[in-house]
Amino acid sequence: MSLVNVTDLTVEFGSLRAVDGLSFTLEQGAALALVGESGSGKSTVAAALLGLHRGTGARVAGSVEVAGTDVGAASEDELRRLRGAKAAMVFQDPLSSLDPYYAIGDQIAEVYRVHTRASRRAARARAVEVLDRVGIPDAVRRSRSRPHEFSGGMRQRALIAMALSCEPDLLIADEPTTALDVTVQAQILDLLHTLREETGMGLLLVTHDVGVAAESVDDVLVMRHGRAVERGRVGAVLAAPSEAYTRELLDAVPRVDAPRARTQASLASSGSLASSGSGAAGSAEVVVEAVGLRREFGRGKRAFAAVDDVSLTIRRGETLGIVGESGSGKTTLGRMLVGLLEPTAGEVRHDGHARLGVNPAVQMVFQDPVSSLNPRRTVGESIADPLRARGERDEARIRGRVRDLLERVGLEAAHHDRYPHEFSGGQRQRVGIARALAADPRVIVCDEPVSALDVTTQAQVVALLGELQRELGLALVFVAHDLAVVRQVSDRVAVMRRGRIVESGPADEVYDTPRDPYTRQLLAAVPALDPEAATRRRTARREPAAT
Amino acid sequence: MSGFGGFLLRRLIGALVTLLAISVIVYVVFYVTPGNVAQITCGPRCSPAQIQQVAEQLHLHDPLYVRYWHFLEGLVAGQDYSTGTSVQHCSAPCLGLSYQSDQQVTQLILTKLPVSLSLVFGAMVIWLVLGVGTGVLSAWRRGRLTERLLTGVTLVGVATPVFVIGLVLMIVVCGQLQLLPFPQYVGLTDDPEQWAWNLLLPWLSLALIEAAAFARLTRSSMLETLTEDHIRTFRAYGVGERAVVARHALRGALAPVIALNANNFGSAVGGAVLTETLFGLPGIGQELVHAVNVVDLPVVVGMVLVIGFFVVVANAVADVLYAVADRRVVLA
Repeated sequence: MSLVNVTDLTVEFGSLRAVDGLSFTLEQGAALALVGESGSGKSTVAAALLGLHRGTGARVAGSVEVAGTDVGAASEDELRRLRGAKAAMVFQDPLSSLDPYYAIGDQIAEVYRVHTRASRRAARARAVEVLDRVGIPDAVRRSRSRPHEFSGGMRQRALIAMALSCEPDLLIADEPTTALDVTVQAQILDLLHTLREETGMGLLLVTHDVGVAAESVDDVLVMRHGRAVERGRVGAVLAAPSEAYTRELLDAVPRVDAPRARTQASLASSGSLASSGSGAAGSAEVVVEAVGLRREFGRGKRAFAAVDDVSLTIRRGETLGIVGESGSGKTTLGRMLVGLLEPTAGEVRHDGHARLGVNPAVQMVFQDPVSSLNPRRTVGESIADPLRARGERDEARIRGRVRDLLERVGLEAAHHDRYPHEFSGGQRQRVGIARALAADPRVIVCDEPVSALDVTTQAQVVALLGELQRELGLALVFVAHDLAVVRQVSDRVAVMRRGRIVESGPADEVYDTPRDPYTRQLLAAVPALDPEAATRRRTARREPAAT
Repeated sequence: MSGFGGFLLRRLIGALVTLLAISVIVYVVFYVTPGNVAQITCGPRCSPAQIQQVAEQLHLHDPLYVRYWHFLEGLVAGQDYSTGTSVQHCSAPCLGLSYQSDQQVTQLILTKLPVSLSLVFGAMVIWLVLGVGTGVLSAWRRGRLTERLLTGVTLVGVATPVFVIGLVLMIVVCGQLQLLPFPQYVGLTDDPEQWAWNLLLPWLSLALIEAAAFARLTRSSMLETLTEDHIRTFRAYGVGERAVVARHALRGALAPVIALNANNFGSAVGGAVLTETLFGLPGIGQELVHAVNVVDLPVVVGMVLVIGFFVVVANAVADVLYAVADRRVVLA
């Protein structure tokens, strides 16, 4: 009997069909990844396995059988006995997924007691045992901590401990590492792998990240618009996809291990040979320079430097990638370059002159295209803001310029009077870029411009930025946590850690021959698209890292 | 626990500053209010000479800052007052003498305060139990008949003035059914049983209205917490719906309820005038309204300070409860 048996599953929310006639099976102890872009229905499937759509107004048709329980027909009690005991779920955001008011150990003990009727004391002991098992140091003491006292990775470990507490046959992990830094992601994926080896439980992994799937599962099921596109062994599907959509998806994934894919135009305009590493940008004029930048937050004992003594130069027509994990100070640095934040010490120079405050020549593109556009104004008005700020009063000229900009970023002039919610994520980011272009900048600082987007959209936006750079001779500062994206867009790269730049240089040099141990550690943590390489690297990671 | 000690100290200093500011404002307001205070205090039949004498006795001719200084002196060191024939000593936290009765304001407060506190404490217990209970129930049973009924009842509760509920209660319970005697205040220390029986109707009529507001707040707050991710986690782990609501959702939903309760408790100490008047309870609110009418400045200042004190204390208690409920909150 299969562990999971889904036949012709359809889930509808109102008029939206999120899952459309999906069938698949998962055998005992096997691991399957549901891979797809946002809106493909993968998380909806995961929730359906535990009957979580009950009472939410969603219409579920077809049959779902998990560990011998017919989820559709099960009574409330039968469903409760399935949830947590036979099939346990790990969620994307470990902070909000745990109750902020109770100690971690108590939350795990509560779940354990629901399923085993164990005594309070025994349940508490079990909680400590599973916390220890997932690698929480000093588990007895840490079990009394509340979720906010844990780091992101520790929280996800705690949630996995909760999942383990009743020794389920199936672990459902819904984007378990999406909210985590790449090094922490590697640790969590390794942990899941080890636990699977030890307990023999089945794994259903839901992810948008093909690399994460390649690291963790045997089989992969590619989903699109609620339907299955392709299913097969992960190595086979990734190496030789048989469906066009899978190929498209894989092509869009930025590679961390391949040099930047340069287009003809890029070579022509920069006039450099990519292979020469430093490139001609090295001789172009310096447009913006940062000297000894430092920024502190907080006062007295709580003061800490988010950015500490950072110096860098940005030359005309080049892309400088700034890469680092959360809390490394990369966003603070970006904001200081634009002039949105005053440095505590050091200065930002434009053309050799120290400048304070915002300057039209340096513009910013923000991470979240939803919240960085005013939802109550048309996109045309938002794009016109920098023009009006510069003193342009002629309405016809403003409208004409906005239309040009819209077409420039691949939208239509007719989109002028639409509101942000009428656009997709990628289109909204295009609007954000058009707004940045409106001021005729020489430098655009992009703060995680594509991290909220699906890979195919990501690739389109990255391509647009490259195009604009070549045509307008823009300098780009590309701030991101995704090492692969940064490699694919940057001429030069700076790696940040704890407010400092630990290593910088031509992109290919930094990625191929990293000098700093931290850079090496980061690169080793990036999921590989090749399952065999992933296994090799996992083994390498298990050996004590030399830091 | 140095954090907690520091918190208390900061709160205490803050409260003192607040109370001083309140007293200044009351003094200024009364100083600029039109009307002859001496005339009102002395009564309609006083001769101009008598009025003059009263004005001098009450220091009404002194400039504002001198009178305020006297008030502060009395508060810190106590004061001697001559009432024409005899000298009365008013000891340390002296809020002065009533213009009307020559009674010490401190004494007056001490006789009125137990009445108000009895009323508000009892009512608070009822409004919290009723309000939070109704709120939780209607959030849990959202979209069903129970919820619609409860929403209707609470709407009526919010919209009905206290004197309507109070009057109806009195007419039905005391008049028609004769289950209870018409309320008359009996001190808690005199006869606890009679105290409770007599206060039952005032408690109910004050609490029913407050309970409606609490029910609505609890309901919306519960609905919000029920959509949170950690609620989904416990459902996905097979924890029963009752435990999810009682243990995980309610605790998160209580924070705004605690805040509202602090506010409403503090203001009800002095603000339950309608209830006090309707049931003939000689509390702070009633006395304050009377004192304002006859421009009895010392009594007004004293009463306002007492009310202010309870608002500040209730809010400090709320902050501590917040921090106990949610360890992420740092007392500062």
